[in-house]
Amino acid sequence: MEGKAIKYGDNVDTDVIIPARFLNTSDPKELASHCMEDLDKNFKDKVKPGDIMVAGDNFGCGSSREHAPIAIKESGISCVIAKSFARIFYRNAINIGLPILECPEAASSIEDGDIVSVDFETGVIKDITKGIEFKSQPFPEFIKKIIECGGLVNYVKEKVV
Amino acid sequence: MGLTLTQKILAYKAGYEVKPGDLIEIDVDMVLGNDVTSPVAIKEFLKIGVKEVFDKEKIALVPDHFVPNKDIKSAEQVNIVRKFAREYGIVNFFEVGQMGIEHALLPEKGLVLPGDVVIGADSHTCTYGAITCFSTGIGSTDMACAMATGKAWFKVPEAIKFNLKGKLGKWVSGKDVILYIIGMIGVDGALYKSMEFTGDISSLSIDDRFTIANMAIEAGAKNGIFDYDEITEAYVLGRAKRNYKVFKADDDAEYVKTYDIDLSMIKPQVAFPHLPENTKSIDDVGSVKIDQVVIGSCTNGRLQDMEVTYEILKGKKVHPDVRLIIFPATQDIYLECVRRGYIEEFIKAGAAVSTPTCGPCLGGHMGILAKGERAISTTNRNFVGRMGHTESEVYLASPAVAAASAIKGYIASPEEVA
Repeated sequence: MEGKAIKYGDNVDTDVIIPARFLNTSDPKELASHCMEDLDKNFKDKVKPGDIMVAGDNFGCGSSREHAPIAIKESGISCVIAKSFARIFYRNAINIGLPILECPEAASSIEDGDIVSVDFETGVIKDITKGIEFKSQPFPEFIKKIIECGGLVNYVKEKVV
Repeated sequence: MGLTLTQKILAYKAGYEVKPGDLIEIDVDMVLGNDVTSPVAIKEFLKIGVKEVFDKEKIALVPDHFVPNKDIKSAEQVNIVRKFAREYGIVNFFEVGQMGIEHALLPEKGLVLPGDVVIGADSHTCTYGAITCFSTGIGSTDMACAMATGKAWFKVPEAIKFNLKGKLGKWVSGKDVILYIIGMIGVDGALYKSMEFTGDISSLSIDDRFTIANMAIEAGAKNGIFDYDEITEAYVLGRAKRNYKVFKADDDAEYVKTYDIDLSMIKPQVAFPHLPENTKSIDDVGSVKIDQVVIGSCTNGRLQDMEVTYEILKGKKVHPDVRLIIFPATQDIYLECVRRGYIEEFIKAGAAVSTPTCGPCLGGHMGILAKGERAISTTNRNFVGRMGHTESEVYLASPAVAAASAIKGYIASPEEVA
């Protein structure tokens, strides 16, 4: 997976990822059309399929709205790399199949516009523009299983049906 | 190794020994959703393909964010929830006229009890830790899977201990305690962890505790939880319609950190834009003129909050440049405010009083801010654009500070008006 980095700072909250005034719908396309609007008005014009969002500490803090990872995923972002994630956002992203990686070194070093590749098998993140390589935190086995199933619904489906 | 209060509850539910970092799948006692998160959950639930929900009595659906319906789209979202509730026989669906803000409503109705494991597709689900249960926010997909299976997965958290002592001063409440703590540890100060409140908690009313546990998420915590005592018991008895189990942390429980906090030293706090950690003591606030005051929400819309608002407002007038909006959190609280004559005094003072709704707290409806406007609010978040325009500002404070500010037209100490 390879894409251009779109970089933000610390404490990017779910209210700026998708403001509550747009939560009167659960349509992914409509949500994506307002993604990041209150933090970065140009986001929806500049984001290209495969781009990688890079951020600082506590990404996705605030509300439990799954509309936030849904909007990010639907806007074409292939992966979010952050120094750390707020816990509800973390599990929501895993549950809906939006790839996320916790890697403080990569999140500090990668700059906006850098071309970045990610290998989920190995957890290796490469900043191709800068020629630097990073290793992200590996997922626990249980979470790997959810990811392999393509999200929590499929994981549960296998068990109950 | 001894276990913390949260770990004890999780270990009991797991039925085997657990340690921090373990991933467990356990039964839940209550699954909650609202009008924003439930429609997404229902869509996912239907994909699973089960014919029934795991337990018709252990799901609560509370449309509260955009109700009474603010527009056609939100009306349709609520309708999805309403139809699902009818079709699947969900017992605890709360319609406008019976509802309240979910986190005030569930404990009030006795639907969540000490020792329970509660998950809710709303981040402020952590509120119920006030009555010594494990309670945490999750997303819509987790909600969907739990509605189907009655289970959820958790990482057993480490804990931070808050060892409390002393008594709160006049006009100081739970809101000031939690803002003070968030100011001290930061918005990710308890990331992935439990915040366990122990020591001498006897001066904290149950409403103070709900407010404190409610904002644990604002420090990034997984849950906030209080020890069980006579105050908890007095609240729960008479509401509980089933047995419950009381847990206590082991004496040799391990905490990643312990803070000793003397409640008597805490002054009224104000969190400046745009993070709840930007707190100042009321004495250091300076001159901040305001346009709107909001008193209510899952954080501060309970009877004690209405009582202190009444004490400050009675016989006074809201500043002519200020709009004061008060929203009691549940129908029962609203009715008690009517009986006690609070509502009459609020209206005489020049306040607008609303039926229960999350409305203004999240910039949904019923009090949106224009560009450049400033509000002081008893709600829980002051992020960019939280209550309206991205160039508006929200200051977080207690009902006492908010009510005093409504009279003065600037952020004011209750001492200035009382």
